[in-house]
Formats: sequence, structure tokens, C-alpha cells
Amino acid sequence: MDMTFTPAEQAFRREVQAFVAENLPAPIARKVADGVEMTRDDMSTWMQILAKQGWLATNWEQKDGGPGWSTAQKHIFEEECAAAGAPDIIPFGTRMVGPVLLAFGTPEQKAKYLPGIVSGEMLWCQGYSEPGAGSDLAQLQLSAKLDGDEYVVNGTKIWTTQAHMADMIFVLARTDNSGRKQDGVTCLLIDMKAPGVTVRPIITIDGRHRFNQEFFDDVRVPVADRVGEAGDGWRIAKYLLGHERSNAAGVAGAVRMLKKLRAIAKAERAEGETLMQDQDFRRTLADVETRLEVLRMTAMRNLARASADKPVGAEASVVKLGMAEIRKDISELSMQAGAYYANPFDPKAIREGWGNQQPIGADYIFKLAPDYFEMRARSIAGGSNEIQKNIIAKRTLGL
Amino acid sequence: MDFELSEDQVLLQESVTRFVADNYSFEQRRKLVDTDQGYSDKQWSQFAELGWLGMPFAEDVGGYGGTPVETMVVLEEFGKGLVAEPYISTIVLGGGALVHGGTAAQQQELIPQVAEGNLKLALGFAERQSRYNLADVQTKAEKSGVDYVLSGMKSVVFGAPTANKFIVSARTGGAARDEGGISLFLVDADASGVSVRGYPTVDGMRAGEVTLDGVKVGADALMGAEGEGFGALETTIDYAIAATAAEAVGAMSALNDMTLEYIKTREQFGQPIGKFQVLQHRMVDMFIAHEEAKSMAMMAAMRIDDEDPNERRKAASATKVQIAKSARFVGQQAIQLHGGIGMTDEYAAGHYFKRLTMIDRSYGDGDYHLARFGAVS
Amino acid sequence: MHMNFSADELAFEQKVAAFVSENLPADIKDKVDRGIELTREEVRRWMEILGQKGWAATNWDKKDGGPGFTIAEKFLAEDAIFMNGAPKMVHFGTRMVGPVLLAFGTDAQKAKYVPKILTSEEVWCQGYSEPQAGSDLAQLQCSAELDGDEYVVNGTKIWTTSAHCADRMFALVRTSKEARKQEGITCLLIDLKAPGVEIRPIITLDGKHVFNQEFFDNVRVPVSDRIGEEGDGWKIAKFLLGHERSNATYVSMNKRNLRKLKEIMADQRADGERLADDPGFVRKLADLEQDMLATTTMAMRQLAAASADKPVGAEASIMKLRVMDAYKQCHELMMEAGAYYAQPFERGHIRGEANTEWVGPDYLYRMSPDYFESRAMSIAGGSHEIQKDILAKRALGL
Repeated sequence: MDMTFTPAEQAFRREVQAFVAENLPAPIARKVADGVEMTRDDMSTWMQILAKQGWLATNWEQKDGGPGWSTAQKHIFEEECAAAGAPDIIPFGTRMVGPVLLAFGTPEQKAKYLPGIVSGEMLWCQGYSEPGAGSDLAQLQLSAKLDGDEYVVNGTKIWTTQAHMADMIFVLARTDNSGRKQDGVTCLLIDMKAPGVTVRPIITIDGRHRFNQEFFDDVRVPVADRVGEAGDGWRIAKYLLGHERSNAAGVAGAVRMLKKLRAIAKAERAEGETLMQDQDFRRTLADVETRLEVLRMTAMRNLARASADKPVGAEASVVKLGMAEIRKDISELSMQAGAYYANPFDPKAIREGWGNQQPIGADYIFKLAPDYFEMRARSIAGGSNEIQKNIIAKRTLGL
Repeated sequence: MDFELSEDQVLLQESVTRFVADNYSFEQRRKLVDTDQGYSDKQWSQFAELGWLGMPFAEDVGGYGGTPVETMVVLEEFGKGLVAEPYISTIVLGGGALVHGGTAAQQQELIPQVAEGNLKLALGFAERQSRYNLADVQTKAEKSGVDYVLSGMKSVVFGAPTANKFIVSARTGGAARDEGGISLFLVDADASGVSVRGYPTVDGMRAGEVTLDGVKVGADALMGAEGEGFGALETTIDYAIAATAAEAVGAMSALNDMTLEYIKTREQFGQPIGKFQVLQHRMVDMFIAHEEAKSMAMMAAMRIDDEDPNERRKAASATKVQIAKSARFVGQQAIQLHGGIGMTDEYAAGHYFKRLTMIDRSYGDGDYHLARFGAVS
Repeated sequence: MHMNFSADELAFEQKVAAFVSENLPADIKDKVDRGIELTREEVRRWMEILGQKGWAATNWDKKDGGPGFTIAEKFLAEDAIFMNGAPKMVHFGTRMVGPVLLAFGTDAQKAKYVPKILTSEEVWCQGYSEPQAGSDLAQLQCSAELDGDEYVVNGTKIWTTSAHCADRMFALVRTSKEARKQEGITCLLIDLKAPGVEIRPIITLDGKHVFNQEFFDNVRVPVSDRIGEEGDGWKIAKFLLGHERSNATYVSMNKRNLRKLKEIMADQRADGERLADDPGFVRKLADLEQDMLATTTMAMRQLAAASADKPVGAEASIMKLRVMDAYKQCHELMMEAGAYYAQPFERGHIRGEANTEWVGPDYLYRMSPDYFESRAMSIAGGSHEIQKDILAKRALGL
């Protein structure tokens, strides 16, 4: 047992640090630091910078056009990007659609889509949830009916992260209503610019635009854009679930949030002392720090398992559950640190920054409450905490 | 980065697992802890033969050169069976104090005896007023010619009733709660002026109040430099935290296993109670608590020998905080899911719960270490 | 709407307090204070003192032979009795069997049992749970078969609190296996001295003897000791559930424990300072005290509702959940306050049989056992999970 990285891995860490420091555009770094919303341009710019270096599809093997990194390298890369304040990349292309195409796609599909994914030029989103199909995904109703060599798609998808930036959507659609619900689900790749597709933004309680609802009105999708056979959708969705990405970025993101919190606590004062000097606050802060340390250790254990090609199933859920909780708690503490100044709310400033305007209160405070509200969603999105626990109960505990 | 045990460590683990399976069924343990001594001399000799008593000590003083990872491996398995032999008091606390604070001569003389199973140690560091503060020492050691005279009382000294030698902290200088001025002394259990009031502890182990009434010891009983014993003591206790964390992880793992088995078989309302989602999620939370504790016990095993004392303190305190949380949750909920049967003395679950609860009452509780972690990080 | 007590009511509280101070035997008070287990004789001695004063059944109306207290008086009497050091007791006679007899008993049964309940001459326990019938009580199997004008009872009851101190048991037994499980259940009053009854102690992990298992081997019970008709047992058990007020007792217990905790905090020191001056510990205390204030207010509301003959249904479950959580938390803090001195444990001390010195201050010695005992509070008498099921069903209609 050994927790140190090899000299080669440490050298790699320095290489990543240097690259990000040199290549991350200052305005983007600034936006991330201020918690201002990214535009599509920002995302594309950064993703293409990484792609030129060959560092976008970090989880891909060399033969597929990826860097062929070890798990430790992937971990280091994510940790360093997050620590340097780079935005999280839009993961659906490289982390989800790409691996699915590599596993289930036809040679034509691979040729058509993989290059755009690796280069970061084509942005993807994924359409799973529907208004009537949340935790119980098998209820999904988006219908795709075969008409010659095209599917005609009608219905709606909701809670689609970053659909407003995406070129393509990977959807689960219903092609058969007759059998078991899971058996009638099919994967389709849909062009977001196709006639009949509309995207409606969903503004969340934090004032940000992250989620969307899409409506499909007689959208025609060539059969060539079906992944696998009709009815393979459920199996493919489960494959994706088992393809969990490393939680390193999440851990590093939380570390960054915590760093910010400490800075705030040193600046905010109560009773003439800084919050940092307040015993109760320090105790709460120490609690969050120890929990983060626990998650980091657990994430590293998972990483070691994955490197040894052992299955990481329930253990990944453990980190995911913990991360959702801890990010909520850090954002709540940060909001508490703001006291009355947690109240002012300027959605424009949150999405675009203050510009030439004078900030209300200290310039870091205005986004603390919105961050808290946004983090509240973390235990719902991507499989609610309750669903994660069902998974562990079933798969690991055999209940 | 590597979280796997080496081949030798796996062999060690297998041998401890086998020992626990053969000798520590719940009924066997119950009989053992109900005896006057509370543990078995025969098993202690067996530990010596298997090399477990010499394991963490350097080879040049008669040990086997094991690292804290080996200690973790042994104690995690011990925790699964709630092993009652005074391993922590003699090897981790007593032996640790010798390693971190003893002179070369003391190590050369005593460690081989410990490794052979012929010498049991106990470390007296707590006092009536000290709670968890290791620097709160009122026991005095006054110079008398070349000798020292020790007076005071050491509280809840683990393993005291059967220890042959004590290592105690005593003040040779400095004011109350100063770290400076604390010295460590070796004291024979049968020295004149030493009295031990032995008793069982809640978890079935043994401890005692050790009173030192004008105990005269020679200069060769002083460990290290006079007045500079605190660092060694603090280091030893941090090592004990790492070791106990592993024991707690083993106990939690056993407790979770028996709880899971119970909710799969206990039927109420026409089905196993494990079919109720509320209980499933509780069981999942217990599973998570154990996983988290295990991560930290591993981290402690890898970091506790860090040369930077602050890194060591951080690792020990962060680990102890997690153990406090996980052990409390797993212990309490295991009883809850078992219902009344879990409350009975005749059933194993309650005994695991008690040991886990007492681990939180040792070397500083969760709150204490949260404050310590906050102060050093 | 007000929560204040009148001068008369406060004078009443003083009167109760004075009575307890004068009449609670010093040996019992001392044992309670130090957490030592009471013997059967001690339990009965104190119950009889209360019974002779007419205060065993603080909840009874005058017409039934009780003191006829007002709501405020009921609350204050209970509180004053506990705060002056009386032992924690489950008054199965006055709180459970008595009300059931008054509601469902024959005149002959009332005449035979009620007076001795009021004076505590006879001590009762209740036999509900069985090894296979815990939360799912309808599974109970202890059988009673009619033979002439007697029932022949065979089977076992478990987790029976204080059965070893009791003369009689109020038991739920199965008289029919034909119908729906709930419909084959009947209430019997069983004399624990009858031939064929065996009581086996269950020692809990705190080392104490509170619970018991009873075995019934062809125990003969006259039909005249059946309450209601055959098959009425489930209905009567549900009546009792709605009548459950014993949890309010724990509000006073909590208050007394809180007082003890504060004494400990004033005495225990860390780094030379009293725990009472440690901000971390004070914050935990404040948290607990705030919880207790909420449960006290809730207890008063429920008492008022019950006295106005409004049904106390689901609200009783809220009370059980919150009051027991506070009870557990208070004991946990007392144990925490002990630090290393929470560890020594000699069973003899807890049971009052040891002649060695206490290790450390005597008030710390009992804290771990008390903590472990308190762990049962979210299991016994309807587990927390069952209470939440009841709330989900009855209060929320889920």
C-alpha cells in the first residue's frame, strides 16, 4: 500500500499544470472564478484547446484516438484542471456518446461522429428524463415510429443539461409499446438543428440557465442514426451507467470551493473578529474538510481498483453521494458567511458578471445563495440520492 | 499510488483471519472476557510464535520491521472478532512509546522480551483531570540524587491489571498543561509504591487506575531527555489512533455483515424486513459509513509515519473524526435494525456496538479531534 | 391561549414536591441518583407509597377512584415526582390495564382488580411481543384454548418490562387461527404465580435486568379473567395505543437528566475549564435543551387535547419519536462528558451488588450503561420505523 505518485506521474502533473497555466484563456478563468455562466463559445474554445493537445477524450485509448492514459494520469489531469480553475468540459461527447459508439456503433457511425467528438467541434447532450419519467426512467414515452428508412420522433425530453449549446442529442426513445417497458427502448442520435426540434430553456431557482426541455414535432431521423438494434436502448443505457467517470474532478472542484470559502471566512467579520477566528465556524469548517479528505481517499481507492481492472460499481456511488452532500454543505456555509448580503439577487450579474456595475456588497457574496440553490439539485440530477442507494442496496448488499 | 496489500501482507491477513475464525466465535469470546483475566495467555504465546508481537518493531531490536500497514492488517481482523488480548496496550501503546521515546538501551533490552511474549506493557497517559489532553499532566517526578520519585495517579490505563511494566508520563518541569517539562518513565508494576486498581471496561477489556505513591526509579528509567517526552507520547497516541481505526473498521465490517444477514432473514409483515426500502437505505448508509472509515484507516496507515508532525496530526485527527462518525452510526443503527435482540447481552451485535462506542472514548473523541484537525490544517 | 400556571397550580406543584421529598425513601433516592438497578421490593415499596397517597393513578378521574387532577395538575404532578428523584417506572396498572378495565371490564373484574391497582398492591406488566411477533404484532402465537370455564395457555412472551417485579400480566393471546390474524386475538389477565408460568430474565448490553421472557406451560386462566369477548384483543390493543400517554413521562425524565447533565458539565473539566464553559459542549447542550422545550410544549398540547377528550392518535407517535431522541441524546452527552471515565464497568455496581469503590466520580460510572440502555428507546414500544409508518398512514394518508 502506498499513496505516493511515481516520479513519472509527478512529472506528468507538472506538465498538466504548465499547459493549463499557459493555455487557459484569462477571461474564461476569470468567469470560472467568479461563478459566471459559460457561453457556448467559452466551452468550445476551451474544449478545442484541449483537443489540439490531444487531451479532450482523456478516457479513450490510443487506438481510438485518445491519449491512452493510465487511471492515475486521468485522475491527475482532472485534479489539476479543476485546481487551476478550468471549466468542466461538456462531457457527453467524450464520456458517453463516444464510448457507446465505440462499443455499439457501426463503422459508418464511428467515421461520421467520432472525429467531431475528439476534436471538440461537435457538442453533444443526452436526452433521458421526461416529464413523466424521472427516477422511473423505463416510463419514457418519446415515440419513434419507423417510416421507410427514417424514424419519426414525437414527444419531449426534459432536464437536458446544456442542450442549448449542443449540436447533437443522444436520446432514448420508445419504438415499441407492446412488451416489457424496458424492451421497447431504442437509442437515436438526433441533429438539434433538424426541423421540428425546439429547445426551451429552464431557468433554475439560482437564476442560471443550465437545463432545458426539448420538444420533438415529427422530427425525421435516419435509421442510420440508430445505435444498436431497435430495443437495445435499455441495455446501452445500463452500459453507460457502468462506465462511471472518475470522481476526481468533483473532489478537486470541492477543494476549490473550500479554498474560496476559507478566503471568504478570512474576509467576513462578526463581533469584530473574522469568521475564521470564530470557534464554531472553524469547527464546522474542519468537519467539512475531514469529510472531503474521506471522499478523496475513497475516490483514490476506487481509482486504484479501476486501474487493477476490478469493478467499481457501488463504490463509485458512495463517492457520488458524498460529493453531492459536501458540495451542498460548502455552498451553504459560504452562503451563511454572507449573512444579510446573501439576500441580494441579480440574475444578470450571475449569468454575465457585474460588468461596469458596482457589485452589491463584497464582489464574491452575490453568487453564494444562487450557488447554494444550484447545489441543492446535485442530489437529484444524474440519479437521485435515493436511486443511488437503491442501486447499492440491490447490487452490493443483495437486498 | 497503490492500495493493494503486498503478498506478505496478504499472508499475514490470512493468518490473522484464520486465528479469529478458530478462536473468536462470539461464544468463545464471551467466555474469555468473563474470566478474571479477560484474555488467554495461551493465545498471547501464540501471537508471539506467529510473530505478531514483534511485527511493528525494527529488526535490529528484535522485531520484524513491519510498517503501520501491517498493524492495520492485524487490527482490522482483530476488530472482526473483538479480540481481547492486550495487543494495543502492549504493542501499540507500550511498544510505541519505547520506539518513539525510548533510549537505544531500553529498546534493546525490552523489545525482544515484548516480541517473545514475556513482557507486557501499559502506557499511563490520562489523569483524572486531563480528559484527552496529553499535556495535562499532574503526576510529578522529582529528582532525588540520581533517582526520580514519582507521585500521582494515571487513569484508565489500558491493560494495567496484567502489565509487567508501566510507561507513565510525569512532570519534571513546566506548568500545568505545558508540553515542555513532561517526561516518560519506565516503572515496574511490582515496584514499591505502585498500586493498581484493576477493572473491566464497558467493552469487556481490562484497564486500571495506577497510583504512584513515592515510587523511586533510577535515571535509567527515564525515556529520552528529561522534560522532552511529550513529542514521543503524542506520536505514540497518533499511532494508536491509526491502529484503533483499523480495529473499528473490522468491527464495523462484522457488525454490518451480521445486520445485513439479519434483515435478509428476519420476517415481519409477511416478508424479510430487508425488503422495506427505508431499511434498505439505512443499510446502505451503514455500508457507506464503513467504506468511508476504511478509506481513512488506510490513509492513516500510509501517512501516520510522515516525517512532518503536522501531516501526522492531520492524518490521525481526520481519521479519528471519521471513525467517531461511522462507528456511532453503524453501531446505533445495527441495534435499531436488529430490534430487541440487538439489545441483549447474549447476542453479538451489542458487544460490537460497545467496543465501537468505547473507541470513541479513547485518545480523544470526535469533537476533540475535529478541533485538533481545525487547529493544525 | 396561554401556557402559564396559576398560583394555585404552582402551589400544588410545591405540595407534590414536598410529599416526594418527605416520603421517597432515602435508599431508593440514592440508588436512582446513582443509576443502580432497583430490586423488586424497592419498586413495590415506592409504588405503594404513591398508591396510598392516591397518586399512583394521576391520570384517573375522581369517579374511578383517581385524584381527579386538572390537566395542569396532571402535568405538574408527574413533573414534580420525577424532578424530586423518584424512580422511572412504567405504571402498567394505572396507565394501561386500569383504563382498559374501566372501558371494557365487567363489574366483577373492576371490583376485583381496580382497587389494588389504585393502591399499587398489585403490580402489573403487559405481555405483547413474542420472538416472531415484534413490530408485526398480529403474528403472535401464544395460544389459549378453552377447556370448560378455563383457558389453557401455552407459548411465550418476550421483552416484557419488569415482569419480574409484577404479580399479574395483561396478555394478548391467540384463541383462533381461523380468521384474519388480528381477529383471533384475545386479552387475558394472567396470574404470574399460577402453575406453569416461568419468568426468565433478559440481561441487556448495559448489564441490567429490565426485560424478561415468560414461558407458559399449560397455564390455566379462568374465563372470568378474559377482557371483552374472544377476538376483541386487537381492538383493545388499539384502544390502548390511542390512550398511550406514558411517553409524556419521558418529558419529565428528560428534564431530570438534563439537570444531571448540567451538574456534570459544571464539575467535569477540560484544559482546566469547566465543560459548562466549553463553547462546543455548550452548543450541544443548547441544541438538546431547545429540542426538549419543543417536546415539553408538545406534551402539554397533547395532554390538553386528551383531557378535552379529543383523540390523541398520530400525534402520540410524534411525541414518541422526539422525546426518545432527546432521551438518547441526553444520555449520549452524559457519556461523552465522562471521557475516559466512561469506560470502567463492573456489573456488580450497576446491580447494587459490589462492595468495591467506584472508579472515578460516582456519577460517571453509570453513564455508559445508561447510554446503552437508552439505545432501546427507539425500538421498544413500537420502533421509530413503526411510528413513522403510523404517521405516514394516519396523519398523511399515505
